[in-house]
Amino acid sequence: MPDRVALAVDGTQISCEAGITVAAALSDASVTRLRASVTGEPRGVLCGMGTCLECRVSIDGVRHQRACTRLVREGMDVATMDAAASSRPSAVGVEPTPLDCDVAVIGAGPAGVAAAVRAAESGARTVVLDEGLAPGGQIYRHRPGGEAPEAARRWIDRLAQSGAEVVGGASVFDVERRGEEAFRIFAEAPDGARVVTAKRLVLATGARELFLPFPGWTLPGVMGAGGAQALLKSGASVAGRTAVVGGSGPLLLPVAASLAKAGAEVALVAEQAGMASVAGFGVRLARFPGKLLEAARYRSAFLDTPYRSGTWVAQARGAGRVETAVVTDGRDSYEMACDLVAVAFGLVPNTELARLLGCQLSRTGVRVDADQQTTAPGVFCAGEPCGVAGVDVAIAEGEIAGLAASGDKARRRALEGARASGRALAARMERAFRPRPELRSLARPDTIVCRCEDAPVSALASCASAREAKLVSRAGMGPCQGRVCGPALEFLFGWDSDTVRPPARPALLGHLPGSN
Amino acid sequence: MPSDVVVVGAGVVGAACADALTEAGLSVAVLESQFAGGGATAAAMGHLVVMDDSEAQFALTRLSRGLWEELAPSMPRACEDERTGTLWVAADDAEMEHVRRKAAFYGSRGVEVEELDGGALARAEPNLRPGLAGALRVAGDRVVYPVNAARWLLGRAVARGARLFEGENVTVLGPGRVATSRGNFGAGAVVNAAGAAAPLLTPGLPIAPRKGHLVITDRYPGFCRHQLVELGYLASAHSPLPESVAFNLQPRATGQMLLGSSREFVGFDASVNRRIRDRMIRRALEFMPGLAGLSAIRTWTGFRPATPDNLPLIGPWGEKPGLYVAAGHEGLGITTALGTARLVADAILGRQSPIDSEPYSPMRAFPAAAHA
Repeated sequence: MPDRVALAVDGTQISCEAGITVAAALSDASVTRLRASVTGEPRGVLCGMGTCLECRVSIDGVRHQRACTRLVREGMDVATMDAAASSRPSAVGVEPTPLDCDVAVIGAGPAGVAAAVRAAESGARTVVLDEGLAPGGQIYRHRPGGEAPEAARRWIDRLAQSGAEVVGGASVFDVERRGEEAFRIFAEAPDGARVVTAKRLVLATGARELFLPFPGWTLPGVMGAGGAQALLKSGASVAGRTAVVGGSGPLLLPVAASLAKAGAEVALVAEQAGMASVAGFGVRLARFPGKLLEAARYRSAFLDTPYRSGTWVAQARGAGRVETAVVTDGRDSYEMACDLVAVAFGLVPNTELARLLGCQLSRTGVRVDADQQTTAPGVFCAGEPCGVAGVDVAIAEGEIAGLAASGDKARRRALEGARASGRALAARMERAFRPRPELRSLARPDTIVCRCEDAPVSALASCASAREAKLVSRAGMGPCQGRVCGPALEFLFGWDSDTVRPPARPALLGHLPGSN
Repeated sequence: MPSDVVVVGAGVVGAACADALTEAGLSVAVLESQFAGGGATAAAMGHLVVMDDSEAQFALTRLSRGLWEELAPSMPRACEDERTGTLWVAADDAEMEHVRRKAAFYGSRGVEVEELDGGALARAEPNLRPGLAGALRVAGDRVVYPVNAARWLLGRAVARGARLFEGENVTVLGPGRVATSRGNFGAGAVVNAAGAAAPLLTPGLPIAPRKGHLVITDRYPGFCRHQLVELGYLASAHSPLPESVAFNLQPRATGQMLLGSSREFVGFDASVNRRIRDRMIRRALEFMPGLAGLSAIRTWTGFRPATPDNLPLIGPWGEKPGLYVAAGHEGLGITTALGTARLVADAILGRQSPIDSEPYSPMRAFPAAAHA
């Protein structure tokens, strides 16, 4: 593979490093307007991890391709803003032969990797399906073929030696129970459909960021905190850019640190939680020296940057892309020049596949027993979908789930301590960084809530449920299937999300029919 | 406060009834178990189509399509009204013979139609598979977004003083009286427009839920322009078999492709039946292979209120006066809502109707139901 590849973007030749995503290449070429929304607004990368579908471009004449999940290729022809002259349908793979296994793991983040390792090492035939191009999930995101982060290497090497089969770039859009000990998993990979049959399932589907609408949040250049980090990890350069990092939660520190380390000027880190909450949480962290050290290390990477608690981004402004951010503490507001706003209010568990399988949920996530088994027999769940708790819990739960799913429950005990203490910390964290009520009034009547369908707050005024809002205003009807606006509507109006039906992710019509 | 009429059900049929009754100057209350347009209306395609499967179906669908045409200029954009026309697609020469019979039927009754040969069909819809025999174009057929069309009709009624009660569970429904878990609603007349739930409120109505699946894609403006229906559709709709599928594709105003159709008798199980959904998709791919490469973003199901003779139940019910039925429209409820409302209002007011209402009488004799 050459070190550099050439591709055409809207007819202009650009050259970029090989192995980076299309989103990263476009970002480096200062192309921030990727998609024209249904009302014609320019949109750019938001989540950076394949969830929001805001970064859709046409690639080689095929519409609706997520720039953040596709790698650049020599000679690639990219068209932004729906500018593809001709629209040709995607190539459809032939009807696949099912891949048969004992344990199928969905997701190759820390929980999924740990589950797959444990299951495979226990002798179970194990298949891991992951949307990412290289195992590691969001936290250990790295370029395919590139070196995994230090902390992940041990697990990723162990996965490679475990005998588990890893199917990368596979977006799971349906999971179906076919009997007592039989599941079918349907996925779509760039080269076609995949069907996996399994006796047991481990759902390790991770989390996505919580986005709350504020005026200007749809401008290109406004993205998730993790979204900015994902873009960076996918090969984008942020050197020389001026960033405002905002929202809530412990993720803001590492995001600010990695942006600063990569050469961006981080003008401000705005944590919406109050000083008392953040400080109180810091004190409790003292029980977890490793975590404190980690926080201090992140902080040292951007010591010149103010970190303000009780402060949030109230508005983003700019003509066609973000140029300033209006920041407030509820009393005073000030406007800061920037060209990158990285804002997220914590994480939302990805529970769609669990709900599709009929698993019960608690307030925080998928309900599991001591073996990480859900209320659906044979379906296990580990890590963030059970309630956001971070990487250590994810690994412990992944191991437990992998052991239990392969029938090896004896070694669970050693892992229970890590799970329990991690879950306790997560509960405190959830309280400390809970979004403040003032954030409910950031969105104005004309602020868009559903970015897929450009549904503004005012269109939902007369509605009493997410389903009614969807049918009347189209909010949640678009290709992200309500993953972005659903949690926002829950925060703003207290509405539960609508039911999950297959396909649980967009999939080509030609890939929907299974081998019935 | 008693009303002249209580309409039970705020789907498109109930909404149209409320619209027609208030237009005639009656006071109306509408009771809805969830929210307006949230039942079968929300699951419908919204194809406004003139049908030729029987004289009675033709009369009601033609009357109704004409009424929609009259409303079209005043409908807000959210109703997504578009005059797409219908192409009844013929796969082979035998089906082309059928096209000619259809053309003669419509033509002799004043409905504008056009026969397309294979070449003309390919030019009209280049994404259909090559080699199809032709099609019948019914240019005046339309498409609307049913939920907002129903809510717009209801909004007109409310503007004339109709009262809408959402989240009302009707416990008793009889001539001149409706009770819900929250109270009593007195009325001169009661209209049961509860769709597939109508027989739960009025036992004895020959209506069974006939489940359907729909799949919608992301936006591909121009991929197809007409509502496309295979000629075998009627065979599917009238099939005595417990399940059937037919190719039925609709271009939405958004540029999305909406794909139907399936029919099953499985009670009120709303879950996606992947097997029949896949049969439906494969059937569509036979006609339009390029659909395979379009991104499907959502699937849903709904329950058509089916009757044994495929005609709706419209008019007075029972021995005592004061109870009317407007239900059982199977897959044509959006189209026939307006004609139904006209017949209901005429019956309540004792007016002359523009078409003979006898074929739709709920009291008519029915063939033995295959799927009661």
